[in-house]
Amino acid sequence: MKCGIVVFPGSNCDHDVYHVLSHVLEQETAFLWHQETSLEGCELVVLPGGFSYGDYLRAGSMAAHSPIMAAVRRHAEAGGRVLGICNGFQMLLETGLLPGAMRRNRDLRFLSVDVHLRVERDDLVYCSDYRRGDVLRMPIAHAEGNYVDTEEALDELERRGQVVFRYVDAAGRLEPAANLNGSERAIAGICNGGGNVLGLMPHPERCAEEMLGNRDGLGLLAGAVAAGGGRVGSLAAAGG
Amino acid sequence: MTSQDSRFVARVLVYPRAEVLDPQGRAIEDALGRIGFDGVRRIRAGKSFEVALDVADERQATEAVDRMCRQLLANPIVEDYTVEWVSE
Repeated sequence: MKCGIVVFPGSNCDHDVYHVLSHVLEQETAFLWHQETSLEGCELVVLPGGFSYGDYLRAGSMAAHSPIMAAVRRHAEAGGRVLGICNGFQMLLETGLLPGAMRRNRDLRFLSVDVHLRVERDDLVYCSDYRRGDVLRMPIAHAEGNYVDTEEALDELERRGQVVFRYVDAAGRLEPAANLNGSERAIAGICNGGGNVLGLMPHPERCAEEMLGNRDGLGLLAGAVAAGGGRVGSLAAAGG
Repeated sequence: MTSQDSRFVARVLVYPRAEVLDPQGRAIEDALGRIGFDGVRRIRAGKSFEVALDVADERQATEAVDRMCRQLLANPIVEDYTVEWVSE
């Protein structure tokens, strides 16, 4: 699958994603500069982590209005795959492709640590290597990952099954202490109604090879480039 | 700019919405207590922007600033904004 990684001034996880997609998963992969207006036929678009535009104004807010984002929006709205990791997730929120917003972490600290995630959906193409209830270990590295939305919007998100990953303890239990950034409902990653747009704060690209001591994230990127539509959208269509 | 143009300067104040936890405001509140300022009931940490516009009239200025607040300067999910007009 042809993959495109959008590069913004201040992106710093673009090469990590490139490495996994191109060298580990052996996909045709290209960098797309943020000032381009075409996705050059890429089927998977990745908005990588980093500090686009130095996090000016709000994390992801400047990138959300960069020239390439119009094409990313069209791609997403046509059902194309868009994966936002960390700062990329913040961009998806700022563009409105995913609902909600980010606040500073509850304790105001930049958090760079491994966390545990529980897989809440396994019918998405991104999660095709996982099973619901699986507990994954992945690193986080962010200062603004404290997910929030109105209570009604959070209820709607839950009702539609758009919560894909939650912060849990190693045994998969929801514990306040495991939700380090203070996110509402321990939300670590969400998808859109169609299941083709996924955003998450943890970094799967940093744990996708055995030599790094952890390959829990490989499944997510392998799913992102998996052929076929999988069961994308089936749950949303069922009103789940 | 020609002499016919009117100049408008807006001061946009953006604050976390009242019901949204403001961890920065809370930290500043705690710090003020630690250095001896009693009786501080609340601190909200926000941002301000000065927006100078070259537009024809007040209606255009108001509309433009309102749109830029909604589209970029504030995130309506977590922030409220107010606009004050100042003389330059």
